[in-house]
Amino acid sequence: MSSIPLGHPERTVEWHLPSKRRVGMTALIVGESAIFTIFVVAYVFYMGKSLSGPTPAQVLEVPILATICLLSSSLTILRAEKAIEDDRMRSFTVWLGATIALAAVFLTCTALEWRKLIYQDGLTVSTNLFGTTFYSLVGLHATHVVVGLVLLTSIFIFSLFGWVDSRQSERFGVIALYWHFVDSVWIVVFTVVYLIGR
Amino acid sequence: MSDYPLPVSQVIDPSTSASERVTFLEKLHGWVVTVDHKRLGILYILYSTFFLLVAGAEAVMIRIQLAYPHNHVLSAQVFNRFFTMHGTTMVFLVGMPFLFGFANYIVPLQIGARDMAFPRLNAFSFWMTAFGGFLLYYSFLGGAGLYGVGNAPDVGWFAYAPLTARSFSPGHATDYWALALIVSGFGTLGTAINIIATIISMRCKGMTLMRMPLFTWLLLIVSMLTLVTITPLTAAQFMLLIDRYLGGHFFDTQAGGSSLIWIHFFWIFGHPEVYVLVIPAFAIANEIIPVFCRKAIFGYPAMVAASVCIMFVSLSVWAHHMFTVGMTSVSNAFFTLSTMLVGVPTGIKIFNWIATLWGGRIRFTTPMLFCIGFLFQFLIAGLTGIMLSVSPWDWQLHNSYFVIAHFHYVLVGAVVFCIFAGIYYWYPKATGRLMSETLGKWHFWLFAIGFHITFDTMHFLGLLGMPRSIYTYQPDRGWNFLNLVVSVGGLIQGIAVLIFAYNFIVSYWRGEVAGDDPWDAWTLEWTTSSPPPVYNFEEEPEVHSRRPLWDLKHPGDPDWEYES
Repeated sequence: MSSIPLGHPERTVEWHLPSKRRVGMTALIVGESAIFTIFVVAYVFYMGKSLSGPTPAQVLEVPILATICLLSSSLTILRAEKAIEDDRMRSFTVWLGATIALAAVFLTCTALEWRKLIYQDGLTVSTNLFGTTFYSLVGLHATHVVVGLVLLTSIFIFSLFGWVDSRQSERFGVIALYWHFVDSVWIVVFTVVYLIGR
Repeated sequence: MSDYPLPVSQVIDPSTSASERVTFLEKLHGWVVTVDHKRLGILYILYSTFFLLVAGAEAVMIRIQLAYPHNHVLSAQVFNRFFTMHGTTMVFLVGMPFLFGFANYIVPLQIGARDMAFPRLNAFSFWMTAFGGFLLYYSFLGGAGLYGVGNAPDVGWFAYAPLTARSFSPGHATDYWALALIVSGFGTLGTAINIIATIISMRCKGMTLMRMPLFTWLLLIVSMLTLVTITPLTAAQFMLLIDRYLGGHFFDTQAGGSSLIWIHFFWIFGHPEVYVLVIPAFAIANEIIPVFCRKAIFGYPAMVAASVCIMFVSLSVWAHHMFTVGMTSVSNAFFTLSTMLVGVPTGIKIFNWIATLWGGRIRFTTPMLFCIGFLFQFLIAGLTGIMLSVSPWDWQLHNSYFVIAHFHYVLVGAVVFCIFAGIYYWYPKATGRLMSETLGKWHFWLFAIGFHITFDTMHFLGLLGMPRSIYTYQPDRGWNFLNLVVSVGGLIQGIAVLIFAYNFIVSYWRGEVAGDDPWDAWTLEWTTSSPPPVYNFEEEPEVHSRRPLWDLKHPGDPDWEYES
């Protein structure tokens, strides 16, 4: 476009655009939020409508340890983000490892909870409406944790080999954004399932 | 018309010299593995054109069956499958892929970008969408699973519960339907994310938000709307599959579940979906109308504001599909009013288009004809929409042919007309050749006449009480003649579409060579060669107004002197 008329008042204006990765992840998060909203609405709509037991009050226990682990993993990944921005790679690996460990504890807690519900209380997807909505909502969230865990673990392995440095900080920031989203969804799921619904 | 020396007419790389012969297999491979936004755009368009013909053929079969009372061309079961497949195909495999095809091809060119923000996600999304279409149509072969012959889903495109429960829909046809929509839904989500990231983060220097072409603006809005529209459907389809495969009770009324909640979830998707389909039609009209009446679009900021307004209001109107399920008076009043509210921003748009036409030097080319048809028909569609939004009126006409006529006025009269307009308009950019104007005018007039014969008459059938989704009717209802008229109109539209298909194919070899800028247009896609080189622009463009090509052609009178 060399023949744009000269002397345009804006010829030297600086041109900055937002990062496309951040915009893309934000858009994904908006879409995912809509999916979660539908499942949460279904859970709330069917609260107390089961025709047979077991009810949430009989079988659910508040997962305090799991919640503390998952929420604090948001803090550890924040430290990891800071570390990779400043190119402190050892610190990055440690904080990332801590995040993965916390997420693994969370998933283990969920697994134990489901094991108890299935084998001791006899609650499955097909038992009653509570089972259907509980397993699909909590399972949807757990699926997102698993996806995040796979992403974080692969970065962790790369960083053990020394393949990650501050040049990847933007990409890592995008994954951290996803992780913060997964954590904040848990706040909603926790409130709805374990505080209001029990 | 290219008297103006455009700066980017020489292409750096004339690519294949005559000595290199590419075999067919290599060519095919190139198209399958491509991540180029232009090729993917063309693949989307070809894919949806193919399904337009398929779903059109299904519609013609439906109309042949309904032409006479007690007709026996299709059995009741096949009739149900055909209207289900017709609806599902037209919405998910024709409407949305067309919009994404145009978005893929045009948006990066209009904002002066090299490609989409995520080219590989783009390819992934296309193949997911394509796989969704394959899954849906595979049900014709495998819909009954291992037990016997196939059958297609027959639950209607909105698949109300409990019709989709295992006991009422045995076999796998409904599963293919649900899976197809989940899979193509992922493709849709990926493309929507891609378009948003492209428009926000890939604009060339000087392309501020308020200088973006309106096509790009509206595609940004529609992609944002898609993010929160297609995902509730995906969630509801997962619930349906949990019900069907894991014995869940989401929509199982025997176990305390609710069939009503499916209707809510479906229309929370389904109504914004109408805007997902029609806003790209607006986008195409926004490009074509100014170019062919030689004026800048009237009220650009109002157009943008009205579109954003439509996006938000469209999220709160879904239950106007549900007036007959027995909601409270408050809900009825709310959804009546919110539906009427959509008429305000839409009316602003109609007035802006008319003001653009006013006093312009209108050139009645084929794309312009289709856009003018769109203006008339969309106005009528909007007015019948206002009628149906009045809940007592809706109680009378719900699920009648009046409703069918209303939404076909939107989906054919507005969306399909604008898709045709867009194809005639951008075909020379994508192929380097113009489509035949003579055949194009035949196509337009036959299609417009057939359209009005079919869908104007349907309104009366609805007022006379003919319900939708019936495979035949008694001869003493007084519907015989009108049904025959509707079917004749359908056949005329079918002939028009065949003319279009012939024109579309033959013009690729025999069409008049177009040159870079055959319509004397103003947006960036017309500055590069036709078809554009892989890299789109030789140098990164820089824009200073909404009509950069106008500035180039009229250096003494550039637009940026008038825009604030």
